[in-house]
Amino acid sequence: MTHSVSMTVNGKSVSGEVESRTLLVQFLREHLRLTGTHVGCDTSQCGACVVHKDGQSIKSCTILAAQCDGADVTTIEGLADGDTLHPMQEAFRENHGLQCGFCTPGMVMSALDLVKNNPDPSEKEIREWLEGNICRCTGYHNIVKSIKAGAGSMR
Amino acid sequence: MYDFTYQRAVSVDDAAAKVEGADDAMLMAGGMTLLPTLKQRLAQPSDVVDLSGISGLAGISVEGDKVVVGAMTTHATVAASADVKSKIPALADLADGIGDPQVRNRGTIGGSIANNDPAADYPSACVGLGATIVTNQREIAADDFFTGLFETALDDGEVVTAVKFPTPSKAAYMKFPNPASRYAIVGVFVAQGSDGVRVAVTGAGQDGVFRASEMESALASNFSADAVANISVPEGDLNYDIHASSEYRAHLVTVMAKRAVNKAG
Ligand SMILES: Cc1cc2nc3c(=O)[nH]c(=O)nc-3n(C[C@H](O)[C@H](O)[C@H](O)COP(=O)(O)OP(=O)(O)OC[C@H]3O[C@@H](n4cnc5c(N)ncnc54)[C@H](O)[C@@H]3O)c2cc1C
Ligand code: FES
Ligand code: FES
Repeated sequence: MTHSVSMTVNGKSVSGEVESRTLLVQFLREHLRLTGTHVGCDTSQCGACVVHKDGQSIKSCTILAAQCDGADVTTIEGLADGDTLHPMQEAFRENHGLQCGFCTPGMVMSALDLVKNNPDPSEKEIREWLEGNICRCTGYHNIVKSIKAGAGSMR
Repeated sequence: MYDFTYQRAVSVDDAAAKVEGADDAMLMAGGMTLLPTLKQRLAQPSDVVDLSGISGLAGISVEGDKVVVGAMTTHATVAASADVKSKIPALADLADGIGDPQVRNRGTIGGSIANNDPAADYPSACVGLGATIVTNQREIAADDFFTGLFETALDDGEVVTAVKFPTPSKAAYMKFPNPASRYAIVGVFVAQGSDGVRVAVTGAGQDGVFRASEMESALASNFSADAVANISVPEGDLNYDIHASSEYRAHLVTVMAKRAVNKAG
Protein backbone atom coordinates (compact mmCIF):
# COMPACT_ATOMS: atom_id res chain seq x y z
CA MET A 1 0.00 0.00 0.00
CA THR A 2 1.24 3.55 -0.69
CA HIS A 3 0.77 6.71 1.32
CA SER A 4 1.30 10.37 0.53
CA VAL A 5 3.42 11.93 3.23
CA SER A 6 4.36 15.54 3.87
CA MET A 7 6.80 16.68 6.48
CA THR A 8 9.25 19.44 7.24
CA VAL A 9 12.85 18.35 6.79
CA ASN A 10 15.58 20.81 7.76
CA GLY A 11 13.07 23.64 7.61
CA LYS A 12 11.75 22.83 4.13
CA SER A 13 8.37 21.29 3.33
CA VAL A 14 8.76 18.03 1.46
CA SER A 15 6.32 15.40 0.34
CA GLY A 16 6.37 12.07 -1.42
CA GLU A 17 4.72 8.72 -2.01
CA VAL A 18 5.94 5.91 0.22
CA GLU A 19 5.10 2.27 0.78
CA SER A 20 3.77 1.23 4.17
CA ARG A 21 7.09 -0.45 4.89
CA THR A 22 9.28 2.52 3.88
CA LEU A 23 11.42 3.56 6.84
CA LEU A 24 12.04 7.21 7.59
CA VAL A 25 15.74 6.68 6.84
CA GLN A 26 14.88 5.30 3.38
CA PHE A 27 12.66 8.28 2.72
CA LEU A 28 15.47 10.64 3.73
CA ARG A 29 18.21 8.87 1.79
CA GLU A 30 16.43 7.48 -1.25
CA HIS A 31 13.61 9.94 -1.86
CA LEU A 32 15.18 13.17 -0.60
CA ARG A 33 18.80 12.17 -1.36
CA LEU A 34 19.86 13.31 2.10
CA THR A 35 22.53 10.67 2.43
CA GLY A 36 24.22 12.11 5.51
CA THR A 37 21.99 9.93 7.68
CA HIS A 38 23.54 6.46 7.64
CA VAL A 39 22.37 2.89 8.15
CA GLY A 40 24.87 0.81 10.09
CA CYS A 41 22.82 -2.15 11.28
CA ASP A 42 19.47 -3.86 10.99
CA THR A 43 18.96 -4.38 14.71
CA SER A 44 18.30 -0.78 15.84
CA GLN A 45 21.50 -0.75 17.88
CA CYS A 46 24.16 1.35 16.14
CA GLY A 47 22.73 4.89 16.07
CA ALA A 48 24.25 5.86 12.70
CA CYS A 49 20.72 6.83 11.63
CA VAL A 50 19.88 9.21 14.49
CA VAL A 51 17.88 12.29 13.45
CA HIS A 52 15.62 14.62 15.38
CA LYS A 53 11.86 14.26 15.04
CA ASP A 54 9.74 16.93 16.69
CA GLY A 55 12.71 17.92 18.83
CA GLN A 56 13.74 14.45 20.06
CA SER A 57 16.57 12.20 18.89
CA ILE A 58 15.28 8.98 17.35
CA LYS A 59 16.59 6.14 15.22
CA SER A 60 15.26 6.85 11.74
CA CYS A 61 15.71 3.17 10.84
CA THR A 62 13.08 2.21 13.38
CA ILE A 63 10.13 4.38 12.42
CA LEU A 64 8.00 4.27 9.29
CA ALA A 65 7.98 7.25 6.94
CA ALA A 66 4.18 7.04 6.99
CA GLN A 67 4.27 7.61 10.76
CA CYS A 68 6.14 10.87 10.20
CA ASP A 69 3.41 12.56 8.17
CA GLY A 70 3.27 16.12 9.50
CA ALA A 71 6.48 15.75 11.51
CA ASP A 72 9.35 18.20 11.83
CA VAL A 73 12.62 16.39 11.09
CA THR A 74 16.19 17.63 11.35
CA THR A 75 19.08 15.68 9.85
CA ILE A 76 22.83 16.30 9.88
CA GLU A 77 22.42 18.32 6.66
CA GLY A 78 20.25 20.79 8.56
CA LEU A 79 22.92 21.90 11.03
CA ALA A 80 25.52 23.95 9.16
CA ASP A 81 24.83 27.52 8.19
CA GLY A 82 26.09 27.59 4.61
CA ASP A 83 29.82 26.92 4.84
CA THR A 84 29.92 27.55 8.56
CA LEU A 85 29.75 24.30 10.48
CA HIS A 86 27.49 24.01 13.52
CA PRO A 87 29.59 24.38 16.72
CA MET A 88 29.10 20.67 17.49
CA GLN A 89 30.31 19.69 14.00
CA GLU A 90 33.24 22.08 14.35
CA ALA A 91 34.12 20.53 17.71
CA PHE A 92 34.25 17.05 16.14
CA ARG A 93 36.57 18.43 13.44
CA GLU A 94 38.81 20.26 15.90
CA ASN A 95 39.07 17.37 18.34
CA HIS A 96 39.61 14.54 15.88
CA GLY A 97 36.21 13.11 16.88
CA LEU A 98 36.00 10.98 13.76
CA GLN A 99 38.06 8.64 11.69
CA CYS A 100 36.04 7.00 8.92
CA GLY A 101 33.09 9.25 9.74
CA PHE A 102 30.38 6.63 9.35
CA CYS A 103 29.02 7.00 12.87
CA THR A 104 29.54 10.77 13.02
CA PRO A 105 26.16 12.09 11.81
CA GLY A 106 24.41 9.95 14.43
CA MET A 107 26.92 10.95 17.10
CA VAL A 108 26.41 14.66 16.39
CA MET A 109 22.60 14.41 16.31
CA SER A 110 22.57 12.37 19.50
CA ALA A 111 24.98 14.79 21.21
CA LEU A 112 22.76 17.76 20.34
CA ASP A 113 19.79 16.08 22.04
CA LEU A 114 21.90 15.58 25.17
CA VAL A 115 23.14 19.16 25.22
CA LYS A 116 19.62 20.53 24.74
CA ASN A 117 18.60 19.23 28.18
CA ASN A 118 22.02 19.21 29.78
CA PRO A 119 24.15 22.13 28.52
CA ASP A 120 27.22 21.13 30.55
CA PRO A 121 27.36 17.32 30.59
CA SER A 122 30.08 15.49 32.49
CA GLU A 123 32.24 12.89 30.78
CA LYS A 124 30.22 10.16 32.52
CA GLU A 125 26.92 11.63 31.34
CA ILE A 126 28.23 11.84 27.78
CA ARG A 127 29.42 8.24 27.83
CA GLU A 128 26.09 7.04 29.23
CA TRP A 129 24.16 9.07 26.67
CA LEU A 130 26.14 7.48 23.82
CA GLU A 131 24.90 4.00 24.76
CA GLY A 132 22.99 3.83 21.48
CA ASN A 133 25.78 5.14 19.23
CA ILE A 134 28.41 2.67 18.15
CA CYS A 135 31.77 3.68 16.67
CA ARG A 136 34.10 1.09 15.20
CA CYS A 137 37.08 3.40 14.81
CA THR A 138 37.80 5.98 17.46
CA GLY A 139 37.54 4.19 20.78
CA TYR A 140 35.12 6.99 21.76
CA HIS A 141 37.70 9.03 23.63
CA ASN A 142 37.83 11.88 21.13
CA ILE A 143 34.09 11.73 20.54
CA VAL A 144 33.52 12.41 24.23
CA LYS A 145 36.11 15.20 24.09
CA SER A 146 34.40 16.68 21.02
CA ILE A 147 31.00 16.69 22.66
CA LYS A 148 32.37 18.36 25.77
CA ALA A 149 34.01 21.02 23.61
CA GLY A 150 30.92 21.40 21.40
CA ALA A 151 28.71 21.81 24.45
CA GLY A 152 31.14 24.45 25.73
CA SER A 153 31.04 26.50 22.57
CA MET A 154 27.23 26.28 22.45
CA ARG A 155 26.78 27.66 25.99
CA MET B 1 10.84 -6.21 5.22
CA TYR B 2 7.72 -7.79 3.71
CA ASP B 3 5.14 -5.19 2.80
CA PHE B 4 2.01 -4.70 4.87
CA THR B 5 -0.76 -2.16 5.13
CA TYR B 6 -0.04 0.61 7.59
CA GLN B 7 -3.11 1.87 9.41
CA ARG B 8 -3.35 4.60 12.00
CA ALA B 9 -5.94 4.05 14.73
CA VAL B 10 -7.79 7.09 16.08
CA SER B 11 -9.16 5.40 19.21
CA VAL B 12 -8.72 2.16 21.12
CA ASP B 13 -12.03 0.89 19.73
CA ASP B 14 -10.87 1.80 16.24
CA ALA B 15 -7.60 -0.10 16.80
CA ALA B 16 -9.52 -3.18 17.96
CA ALA B 17 -11.87 -2.90 14.97
CA LYS B 18 -8.95 -2.54 12.54
CA VAL B 19 -7.31 -5.66 13.97
CA GLU B 20 -10.62 -7.52 13.80
CA GLY B 21 -11.15 -6.42 10.19
CA ALA B 22 -7.71 -7.46 8.92
CA ASP B 23 -6.37 -10.91 8.05
CA ASP B 24 -3.48 -10.91 10.43
CA ALA B 25 -2.81 -7.50 11.95
CA MET B 26 -0.27 -6.49 14.57
CA LEU B 27 -0.49 -3.49 16.84
CA MET B 28 2.42 -1.06 16.86
CA ALA B 29 3.37 1.16 19.79
CA GLY B 30 6.94 2.54 19.73
CA GLY B 31 7.96 0.02 17.08
CA MET B 32 11.31 -0.57 18.81
CA THR B 33 10.72 -4.30 18.95
CA LEU B 34 8.16 -4.72 16.18
CA LEU B 35 10.10 -2.97 13.39
CA PRO B 36 13.40 -4.82 13.98
CA THR B 37 11.34 -8.05 13.99
CA LEU B 38 9.75 -7.13 10.67
CA LYS B 39 13.10 -6.09 9.21
CA GLN B 40 14.44 -9.54 9.96
CA ARG B 41 11.34 -11.10 8.40
CA LEU B 42 10.52 -12.90 11.62
CA ALA B 43 6.87 -11.85 11.25
CA GLN B 44 4.67 -11.11 8.28
CA PRO B 45 1.54 -9.25 9.40
CA SER B 46 -1.00 -8.23 6.75
CA ASP B 47 -1.54 -4.94 8.57
CA VAL B 48 0.28 -2.84 11.14
CA VAL B 49 -2.09 -0.80 13.30
CA ASP B 50 -0.33 2.22 14.81
CA LEU B 51 -1.49 3.23 18.29
CA SER B 52 0.53 6.46 18.40
CA GLY B 53 -2.26 8.70 17.11
CA ILE B 54 -4.69 7.76 19.89
CA SER B 55 -5.08 10.60 22.35
CA GLY B 56 -5.20 9.74 26.02
CA LEU B 57 -3.08 6.58 25.86
CA ALA B 58 0.13 8.36 26.85
CA GLY B 59 0.61 10.05 30.18
CA ILE B 60 0.99 9.48 33.91
CA SER B 61 -1.48 10.24 36.67
CA VAL B 62 -1.69 9.62 40.39
CA GLU B 63 -5.00 8.11 41.52
CA GLY B 64 -5.14 7.64 45.29
CA ASP B 65 -2.28 5.32 46.23
CA LYS B 66 -1.73 4.25 42.62
CA VAL B 67 0.44 5.60 39.85
CA VAL B 68 -1.29 5.02 36.52
CA VAL B 69 0.93 4.89 33.45
CA GLY B 70 -0.79 5.00 30.05
CA ALA B 71 0.23 2.23 27.65
CA MET B 72 1.79 4.62 25.11
CA THR B 73 3.94 6.41 27.71
CA THR B 74 7.57 6.22 26.62
CA HIS B 75 10.39 4.98 28.82
CA ALA B 76 11.91 8.50 28.69
CA THR B 77 8.68 10.02 30.02
CA VAL B 78 8.46 7.55 32.90
CA ALA B 79 12.12 8.15 33.74
CA ALA B 80 11.62 11.93 33.84
CA SER B 81 8.21 12.01 35.54
CA ALA B 82 8.11 13.96 38.81
CA ASP B 83 5.16 11.83 39.98
CA VAL B 84 6.96 8.55 39.33
CA LYS B 85 10.19 9.85 40.87
CA SER B 86 8.42 10.88 44.06
CA LYS B 87 6.02 7.91 44.42
CA ILE B 88 8.03 5.02 42.94
CA PRO B 89 11.63 6.13 42.29
CA ALA B 90 12.57 2.51 41.54
CA LEU B 91 10.26 2.58 38.53
CA ALA B 92 11.78 5.81 37.17
CA ASP B 93 15.19 4.26 37.70
CA LEU B 94 14.23 1.10 35.83
CA ALA B 95 12.85 3.07 32.88
CA ASP B 96 16.02 5.18 32.77
CA GLY B 97 18.11 2.03 32.37
CA ILE B 98 16.25 0.60 29.37
CA GLY B 99 18.34 0.39 26.19
CA ASP B 100 19.62 3.78 25.12
CA PRO B 101 18.20 7.32 24.89
CA GLN B 102 16.72 6.82 21.42
CA VAL B 103 15.06 3.54 22.44
CA ARG B 104 13.69 5.31 25.52
CA ASN B 105 12.34 8.16 23.37
CA ARG B 106 10.17 5.76 21.35
CA GLY B 107 9.67 2.52 23.31
CA THR B 108 6.56 2.28 25.49
CA ILE B 109 5.48 0.44 28.61
CA GLY B 110 2.51 -1.11 26.80
CA GLY B 111 4.74 -2.45 24.03
CA SER B 112 7.29 -3.76 26.48
CA ILE B 113 4.84 -5.76 28.59
CA ALA B 114 2.78 -6.97 25.61
CA ASN B 115 5.98 -8.26 24.06
CA ASN B 116 7.11 -9.94 27.32
CA ASP B 117 10.70 -10.50 26.31
CA PRO B 118 12.23 -12.72 29.01
CA ALA B 119 15.04 -10.17 29.41
CA ALA B 120 12.86 -7.04 29.46
CA ASP B 121 12.86 -4.80 32.52
CA TYR B 122 9.23 -3.73 32.96
CA PRO B 123 7.75 -7.20 33.64
CA SER B 124 9.78 -7.30 36.87
CA ALA B 125 8.35 -3.95 38.03
CA CYS B 126 4.79 -5.05 37.21
CA VAL B 127 5.13 -8.31 39.13
CA GLY B 128 7.36 -6.81 41.85
CA LEU B 129 4.92 -4.04 42.62
CA GLY B 130 1.80 -6.18 42.17
CA ALA B 131 0.56 -3.95 39.34
CA THR B 132 -2.70 -4.29 37.45
CA ILE B 133 -2.69 -4.31 33.65
CA VAL B 134 -5.68 -2.49 32.19
CA THR B 135 -6.89 -3.44 28.71
CA ASN B 136 -9.82 -2.40 26.55
CA GLN B 137 -11.62 -5.49 27.88
CA ARG B 138 -10.61 -6.10 31.49
CA GLU B 139 -8.10 -5.68 34.29
CA ILE B 140 -5.47 -8.38 34.74
CA ALA B 141 -3.22 -8.83 37.78
CA ALA B 142 0.45 -8.78 36.76
CA ASP B 143 0.84 -12.21 38.39
CA ASP B 144 -1.60 -13.60 35.79
CA PHE B 145 -0.51 -11.45 32.85
CA PHE B 146 2.96 -12.81 32.02
CA THR B 147 2.31 -16.40 31.01
CA GLY B 148 5.56 -17.51 29.37
CA LEU B 149 8.31 -16.71 26.90
CA PHE B 150 6.94 -13.81 24.80
CA GLU B 151 3.48 -14.94 25.95
CA THR B 152 0.87 -12.94 27.84
CA ALA B 153 -2.75 -13.32 28.86
CA LEU B 154 -3.76 -10.88 26.09
CA ASP B 155 -6.27 -12.15 23.54
CA ASP B 156 -5.98 -11.30 19.84
CA GLY B 157 -6.78 -7.65 19.30
CA GLU B 158 -6.84 -6.92 23.04
CA VAL B 159 -5.15 -3.57 23.64
CA VAL B 160 -3.25 -2.67 26.81
CA THR B 161 -4.40 0.82 27.79
CA ALA B 162 -2.59 1.41 31.10
CA VAL B 163 -0.69 -0.10 34.00
CA LYS B 164 -1.71 0.73 37.57
CA PHE B 165 1.15 0.53 40.06
CA PRO B 166 0.42 0.54 43.80
CA THR B 167 2.82 2.84 45.66
CA PRO B 168 5.21 0.72 47.74
CA SER B 169 6.71 1.78 51.06
CA LYS B 170 10.09 0.88 49.60
CA ALA B 171 11.36 -0.62 46.38
CA ALA B 172 14.45 -0.92 44.22
CA TYR B 173 15.52 -2.50 40.95
CA MET B 174 19.00 -3.77 40.21
CA LYS B 175 20.03 -5.21 36.89
CA PHE B 176 23.11 -6.80 35.52
CA PRO B 177 22.81 -5.58 31.94
CA ASN B 178 24.00 -7.23 28.80
CA PRO B 179 26.79 -4.80 27.89
CA ALA B 180 25.70 -4.61 24.24
CA SER B 181 21.91 -4.32 24.39
CA ARG B 182 21.30 -3.29 28.02
CA TYR B 183 18.63 -5.97 28.29
CA ALA B 184 18.77 -7.73 31.64
CA ILE B 185 21.02 -10.76 31.94
CA VAL B 186 19.47 -10.72 35.40
CA GLY B 187 17.27 -8.03 36.93
CA VAL B 188 15.69 -8.15 40.38
CA PHE B 189 12.87 -5.91 41.54
CA VAL B 190 12.26 -5.89 45.29
CA ALA B 191 9.32 -4.09 46.89
CA GLN B 192 7.65 -3.86 50.27
CA GLY B 193 4.04 -2.77 50.07
CA SER B 194 0.62 -3.26 51.61
CA ASP B 195 0.49 -6.90 50.49
CA GLY B 196 3.93 -7.75 51.86
CA VAL B 197 7.31 -8.19 50.20
CA ARG B 198 7.65 -9.13 46.56
CA VAL B 199 10.80 -10.17 44.71
CA ALA B 200 10.47 -10.39 40.92
CA VAL B 201 13.26 -11.71 38.74
CA THR B 202 13.66 -11.00 35.03
CA GLY B 203 16.31 -12.03 32.52
CA ALA B 204 16.94 -15.33 34.23
CA GLY B 205 13.85 -17.52 33.99
CA GLN B 206 13.20 -19.87 31.08
CA ASP B 207 9.57 -18.76 31.12
CA GLY B 208 10.31 -15.08 31.72
CA VAL B 209 9.66 -13.12 34.88
CA PHE B 210 9.10 -15.08 38.13
CA ARG B 211 8.77 -14.44 41.85
CA ALA B 212 11.50 -15.66 44.18
CA SER B 213 9.15 -16.82 46.94
CA GLU B 214 11.82 -18.07 49.33
CA MET B 215 13.44 -14.63 49.25
CA GLU B 216 10.05 -13.00 49.75
CA SER B 217 9.36 -14.89 52.97
CA ALA B 218 12.86 -14.31 54.30
CA LEU B 219 12.54 -10.56 53.65
CA ALA B 220 9.07 -10.42 55.18
CA SER B 221 10.56 -11.30 58.56
CA ASN B 222 13.86 -9.48 58.11
CA PHE B 223 14.18 -6.88 55.34
CA SER B 224 17.95 -6.93 54.96
CA ALA B 225 20.51 -8.08 52.41
CA ASP B 226 21.69 -10.72 54.89
CA ALA B 227 18.28 -12.35 54.79
CA VAL B 228 18.67 -13.26 51.11
CA ALA B 229 22.44 -13.77 51.03
CA ASN B 230 22.16 -17.54 51.40
CA ILE B 231 19.11 -18.10 49.25
CA SER B 232 19.58 -19.16 45.67
CA VAL B 233 17.02 -19.93 43.02
CA PRO B 234 17.14 -23.38 41.37
CA GLU B 235 19.53 -23.27 38.41
CA GLY B 236 17.57 -25.87 36.49
CA ASP B 237 14.79 -23.38 35.74
CA LEU B 238 17.14 -20.70 34.44
CA ASN B 239 18.19 -19.62 30.98
CA TYR B 240 21.59 -20.21 29.50
CA ASP B 241 23.01 -18.63 26.37
CA ILE B 242 26.25 -17.17 25.03
CA HIS B 243 26.01 -14.36 27.58
CA ALA B 244 25.67 -16.39 30.77
CA SER B 245 25.24 -19.96 32.00
CA SER B 246 22.33 -20.90 34.28
CA GLU B 247 24.79 -21.33 37.12
CA TYR B 248 26.07 -17.78 36.64
CA ARG B 249 22.53 -16.43 36.33
CA ALA B 250 21.55 -18.16 39.60
CA HIS B 251 24.51 -16.52 41.29
CA LEU B 252 23.57 -13.13 39.84
CA VAL B 253 19.99 -13.41 41.09
CA THR B 254 21.22 -13.57 44.70
CA VAL B 255 23.74 -10.76 44.15
CA MET B 256 21.20 -8.47 42.46
CA ALA B 257 18.62 -9.28 45.15
CA LYS B 258 21.08 -8.29 47.89
CA ARG B 259 21.93 -5.06 46.10
CA ALA B 260 18.26 -4.25 45.49
CA VAL B 261 17.40 -4.79 49.16
CA ASN B 262 20.29 -2.53 50.19
CA LYS B 263 19.23 0.10 47.73
CA ALA B 264 15.59 -0.05 48.86
CA GLY B 265 16.90 0.71 52.34
C1 LIG C 1 18.71 -1.44 20.91
C2 LIG C 1 17.58 -1.82 21.83
C3 LIG C 1 17.83 -1.99 23.18
C4 LIG C 1 16.80 -2.34 24.05
N1 LIG C 1 17.10 -2.52 25.37
C5 LIG C 1 16.12 -2.85 26.23
C6 LIG C 1 16.40 -3.03 27.63
O1 LIG C 1 17.51 -2.82 28.10
N2 LIG C 1 15.37 -3.40 28.43
C7 LIG C 1 14.10 -3.59 27.96
O2 LIG C 1 13.22 -3.92 28.74
N3 LIG C 1 13.81 -3.42 26.66
C8 LIG C 1 14.79 -3.05 25.78
N4 LIG C 1 14.46 -2.86 24.46
C9 LIG C 1 13.07 -3.03 24.03
C10 LIG C 1 12.32 -1.72 24.14
O3 LIG C 1 12.08 -1.41 25.49
C11 LIG C 1 11.00 -1.77 23.38
O4 LIG C 1 10.60 -0.44 23.32
C12 LIG C 1 9.88 -2.56 23.97
O5 LIG C 1 10.18 -3.88 24.22
C13 LIG C 1 8.70 -2.59 23.03
O6 LIG C 1 8.00 -1.41 23.14
P1 LIG C 1 7.47 -0.65 21.88
O7 LIG C 1 6.60 0.44 22.40
O8 LIG C 1 8.58 -0.26 21.02
O9 LIG C 1 6.52 -1.75 21.21
P2 LIG C 1 6.38 -2.28 19.72
O10 LIG C 1 7.69 -2.71 19.18
O11 LIG C 1 5.60 -1.31 18.92
O12 LIG C 1 5.46 -3.54 19.99
C14 LIG C 1 5.97 -4.71 20.64
C15 LIG C 1 4.85 -5.77 20.68
O13 LIG C 1 3.82 -5.38 21.58
C16 LIG C 1 2.55 -5.28 20.94
N5 LIG C 1 1.91 -4.09 21.51
C17 LIG C 1 2.44 -2.85 21.56
N6 LIG C 1 1.63 -2.02 22.25
C18 LIG C 1 0.56 -2.75 22.64
C19 LIG C 1 -0.61 -2.44 23.39
N7 LIG C 1 -0.82 -1.22 23.90
N8 LIG C 1 -1.50 -3.44 23.62
C20 LIG C 1 -1.27 -4.69 23.12
N9 LIG C 1 -0.20 -5.03 22.41
C21 LIG C 1 0.73 -4.07 22.17
C22 LIG C 1 2.88 -5.19 19.46
O14 LIG C 1 1.85 -5.73 18.69
C23 LIG C 1 4.15 -5.98 19.36
O15 LIG C 1 3.88 -7.34 19.24
C24 LIG C 1 15.48 -2.51 23.56
C25 LIG C 1 15.21 -2.31 22.21
C26 LIG C 1 16.24 -1.96 21.34
C27 LIG C 1 15.92 -1.75 19.89
S1 FES D 1 20.88 1.97 11.43
FE1 FES D 1 21.68 1.08 13.23
S2 FES D 1 20.36 1.95 14.73
FE2 FES D 1 19.52 2.72 12.91
S1 FES E 1 34.56 7.09 13.03
FE1 FES E 1 34.39 5.22 11.98
S2 FES E 1 32.68 4.33 12.96
FE2 FES E 1 33.05 6.06 14.16
